[in-house]
Amino acid sequence: MQDFGDAFGLAFGLVLNPSADLIEIVGLSLRVSLSACLLACLIGLPLGALLAITRFPGRGAALVVVNALMGLPPVVVGLLVYLALSRAGPLGFLGLLYTPTAMIVAQTILIAPIVAALSRQVLETLHDEYAEQFRSLCLTRWQIMQALLWDGRMALITVALAGFGRAVAEVGAVMIVGGNIDHLTRVMTTAIALETSKGELALALALGLVLMIIALGVNALVQGLRMRGAAQEVAHA
Amino acid sequence: MRDMTFPANKSAQQTAPALRMRDVRLSLGGRHVLDSLNLCIDTHGVTALMGPNGTGKTQALRLMHGLIRPTAGTVTWNDTPAEAKTSTQALVFQKPVLLRRSVAANIDFVLKARRGDRSRRDALLDHVGLLDKARQPARALSGGEAQRLALARALALDPQVLLLDEPTASLDPGSVLAIERIITQAAHQGVKVILVTHDVGQARRLADDVVFLHRGRVAEHSPAHQFFPRPQSAVARDFINGRIVV
Amino acid sequence: MKLTKLTLAALLATAPMYALADESIIVQSTTSTANSGLYDYLLPIFTEATDITVNVVAVGTGQAIKNAANCDGDVLLVHAKPAEEKFVADGGGTTRTDLMYNDFIIVGPADDPAGVAGMTDVEPAMATIAEQGALFASRGDDSGTHKKEVALWKAAGVDTASGSGDWYRETGSGMGATLNAGLGMGAYVMTDRATWINFGNKQDYQIAVQGDEAMFNQYGVIPVNPEKCPSVNVEAAQTFNDWLISDEGQEAIAAYMVDGQQLFFPNAPEQGS
Repeated sequence: MQDFGDAFGLAFGLVLNPSADLIEIVGLSLRVSLSACLLACLIGLPLGALLAITRFPGRGAALVVVNALMGLPPVVVGLLVYLALSRAGPLGFLGLLYTPTAMIVAQTILIAPIVAALSRQVLETLHDEYAEQFRSLCLTRWQIMQALLWDGRMALITVALAGFGRAVAEVGAVMIVGGNIDHLTRVMTTAIALETSKGELALALALGLVLMIIALGVNALVQGLRMRGAAQEVAHA
Repeated sequence: MRDMTFPANKSAQQTAPALRMRDVRLSLGGRHVLDSLNLCIDTHGVTALMGPNGTGKTQALRLMHGLIRPTAGTVTWNDTPAEAKTSTQALVFQKPVLLRRSVAANIDFVLKARRGDRSRRDALLDHVGLLDKARQPARALSGGEAQRLALARALALDPQVLLLDEPTASLDPGSVLAIERIITQAAHQGVKVILVTHDVGQARRLADDVVFLHRGRVAEHSPAHQFFPRPQSAVARDFINGRIVV
Repeated sequence: MKLTKLTLAALLATAPMYALADESIIVQSTTSTANSGLYDYLLPIFTEATDITVNVVAVGTGQAIKNAANCDGDVLLVHAKPAEEKFVADGGGTTRTDLMYNDFIIVGPADDPAGVAGMTDVEPAMATIAEQGALFASRGDDSGTHKKEVALWKAAGVDTASGSGDWYRETGSGMGATLNAGLGMGAYVMTDRATWINFGNKQDYQIAVQGDEAMFNQYGVIPVNPEKCPSVNVEAAQTFNDWLISDEGQEAIAAYMVDGQQLFFPNAPEQGS
């Protein structure tokens, strides 16, 4: 197969000399998936913290459900959001179908359970360590959640990255609710699917490599910020 | 380290309530940790809680603080159940649990949580000699520094009662001296101090009265000036004289 | 919380970019039409003339009709005449107009295992493929192309159900994906000519069967009915519909060439002045 060689050559060409279209597609991918990641964190982190510190009847079942939702198939999420946002659906009056907003909604639904389930695990371990001290301080549940979320921030960044990775890599949901409309809702993954269906395999693979490079860049950026944060804490000695 | 630099707290100057434990039994995992424990502790001064390992001193402290409830019997402060008095007390654990933040942020956290005066933070840190380490991560402190930070955090709560679980275990002499000074000053300001300690010398230096626990019961409770020269129980006598007591 | 404010600010800042431009319509169309590159050629000309932005959602014909029936589009442009007429009869669209046609072809590997290369009559060719048990990859997705293929098998007197999973392989996916799959297993594939000419992964495949009138592929254009779907951008949709069947639109369709070949043949009825 010479597709691999072609693809790598093409990919580096695309990265070094990106076309306006490619920049638009990459920009939309990042905007949609980062927005979804932020929203999923706003929903998932408090939920994870609440599940970590509260004991209630049915908690075991709730954890099973949240953990199972981590495996939600993107196509199913896309279909549900399509049915809700379709003009014939209950939220059709919003006119959101085939917009980036619809894509953000779908991806948020997809990754909020991931953020909730993983943060629950991280924060429960932390809470085991802090619980008795917190009870001694007579903190409210809200204060405990805030303290855990802040003290667990380093581990939670990794949780957020896991969510972002899943969002930016999925194609099933954004294809259905976004429609892969050129210059409006076309993102990296739907562009890759399109080029594959056109038989432009080398170009599709090249776009895939660009996507991986972006994911790598985001991860490296976050890792850099984390290391700077850690270094600053020590430097303030 | 300066003396008495943190603002005098009003609540501590009110009379701290007296502790009463009646027929307390505590079973953990089927084992009676405490049994038929009866105790009445005065409102003033420093009380040392002593006794051999595994005799239930730490659990007694948690009962007094209202963190756990007795299996049977009652623990009250001026007839109020202990679990309703937690917020007027502070407990410093043997291994201080510090937040993953700076030294200063650990104090800020409790001042904010209790809606206390945020400007007291520096005075509190100065009081325990940690002002110059305010921006350091709390988790990077030495054992003695961590204990002092935990003490400063406890004092930030304006407690009527300060409960300390072996605050100087395995610390260097300099740290022990610093911590004992902080404890003495708190007691002088009217804070009731209850201190679990293994260190007979420390109990002699700090305590006004001594409770000696043995096998989950109070073997002896007497004023320090009686306890050390003339212990009433054989186990306390052996303990003071450095013999092994089980 | 600082984080919340930041998020809101970020969302608000990007919000205006998400809104569709005022004069814009959504066309529900098929993957094969989109993959042919026709829209990339045609739409800028239309937008230039009218200032209306056209957003194309490319799915299978079955899904395109369903989406339009859900009011998720302003114009339907597909190629499955009976289904289109039913859509209009059900009140989903206002009018259906013949727009253009292209033709279907059957492509196969260079070694031509069924010996059908060069045939111009599609029915005997398909019967031969079935007799020989040569592999055939079908869309199997209820799309316009699939419906056409099913009709041709029927005319050829072949029962594909008995060969399903054996020589008759239904991929259940779009034209491009089915071509990729067919090429991967060395199967014959029926495709529209436009997709094939644009297809980038031809390998050693060649056109085996072409030229039969039975393989012509008629496209129709239907504005979605505003009485059923009040959200429709009526004027812009009608403008697009009328432009496509006007002389100007028909000439533009005829002028679209790939590799020197005309892909679509306009055949809208003459418009009265």
